[in-house]
Amino acid sequence: MRRSRRLHGVATCVVLVSCVVACHGPQNVLDPAGSPNRIVNRLFWSMLVVSATVWIGVVGAALWGALTRRRTTREDLEPVVDLPNDDKQRQTRLVGALIAGTALILLLFLVFDFTVGRALAEHPNRALTIEIIGHQWWWEIQYVDADPSKIVVDANELHIPAGEPVQVTLSSRDVIHSFWVPNIIGKRDLIPGYTSSIFLDADRPGTYRAQCAEFCGVEHAKMALTVIVHSRADFTTWLAAQRAPATEPNDSSTKEGQRIFLAGPCSSCHSITGTAAYGTIGPDLTHLASRKTIGAGALANTRGNLAGWVVDPQSLKPGVRMPSNQLAPKDLLALLDYLESLK
Amino acid sequence: MSSASSSLVMLVGLLVTAGCERENHHFSEVPPTATPSASALVVSELQPGPATIAPKIDAPYDDNAYAVSEGKTLFTSMNCSGCHFEGGGGIGPALMDDEWIYGSEPQQIFASIAEGRPNGMPAWEYRLSTQQIWELVSFVRSLSSLNPKGARGGRDDHMMLKPPEVSTPKGKPKTASALPGTQH
Repeated sequence: MRRSRRLHGVATCVVLVSCVVACHGPQNVLDPAGSPNRIVNRLFWSMLVVSATVWIGVVGAALWGALTRRRTTREDLEPVVDLPNDDKQRQTRLVGALIAGTALILLLFLVFDFTVGRALAEHPNRALTIEIIGHQWWWEIQYVDADPSKIVVDANELHIPAGEPVQVTLSSRDVIHSFWVPNIIGKRDLIPGYTSSIFLDADRPGTYRAQCAEFCGVEHAKMALTVIVHSRADFTTWLAAQRAPATEPNDSSTKEGQRIFLAGPCSSCHSITGTAAYGTIGPDLTHLASRKTIGAGALANTRGNLAGWVVDPQSLKPGVRMPSNQLAPKDLLALLDYLESLK
Repeated sequence: MSSASSSLVMLVGLLVTAGCERENHHFSEVPPTATPSASALVVSELQPGPATIAPKIDAPYDDNAYAVSEGKTLFTSMNCSGCHFEGGGGIGPALMDDEWIYGSEPQQIFASIAEGRPNGMPAWEYRLSTQQIWELVSFVRSLSSLNPKGARGGRDDHMMLKPPEVSTPKGKPKTASALPGTQH
């Protein structure tokens, strides 16, 4: 008896804790942080509550019918006698009402579903357009501007202002990827040769995690995108900082690091604004040190991780397009000094 | 089991094992150390001094479909098509025909990519790792079907401009009659 009570207590705790955990987090569809996800969530919860109520009603009625059945004896097995007319009519009316109710609920769901679909397809007025280009296995992000000198190219980190709709255009350089920020918006595929457009409308500042949601090759799982929602003022400051060219090296070590970057294989794939490195195969590194992660969310952006990544990315993210680089220790340290100066 | 059927099973087993290398992904490996250099290459029978025998180096990825496709990706990424187009040639020589100015042997192609050639071919050894250059070597060889058929590509990421490598007939490499810049 005591044992069963303890088991009961543990089960209650597990259910409660998982409920609480399930409702918050940087990558959670049930924790809406943007209007597209909020309206989908409203539809989801309404459908869940109504369907659960109906299901409980049906199962309850079935149980009630099964358990309150009259016990039959030999004498009860009389020839079937027609019910009196009154009872028959009442039953027909009950069944008719239940069918009508079911149809009405389904019709309401349909109308609700259409309104949600229309709301998601709406093209609001927007001040900002961001281009996201999928690569194996990282995200290229461009802040579009009519003035070419104001275009910002970023990678694996999407910064957006809160409380205003942002247009995001999606395309791919190689295979099909899928853009999915669970807290803010549902999935949209990135298809090579085709540009699609969605609207992000985040409503509170925070950091969220997006993930490629369409299998795109060997490192699909390590293709994450950090979505950082700022207040409008913070976003303006951030964008202005990103528009600046890369920090000039100012001591002997960073100068040597820049020389190694430009003379070696780094510059054939990466670009750093304001230098001769303009490769577009790998992520833009102009403001590398200001990012939280490297390798599309594979590792935290620390000096040690960066060193490992430069020397042997293949053991950290096998299959990644970046080749291993054999560098002399003194060259590697200078290169790291330079990369860390790129705030 | 009769001896005929057991030898059939063994044959099938051997074929299956031989196929393993085809899709082997070499992610992180020490690139082949014997990097060929121009001095060891023979592109003409006329040489100063006594006859030398250059050691023959097999292309490490010729029979590896994954590496050949990586080479194909690099061919596009590094804009080889800017001069060689999709193998048909234009500013640079064609890569899908049987004529080779600097030789069709793996180490000769390696040297052409790594060290560059006169009349515009850049040296890529400071821009690409040895492993990547070997991947390119195998892809370039697949353009005129010099590597095993099973490892050649069957499709392009862009519009098909020529039959895929897998369905072109086996190449018969010969030395080009004209040097670049003197042709036409």
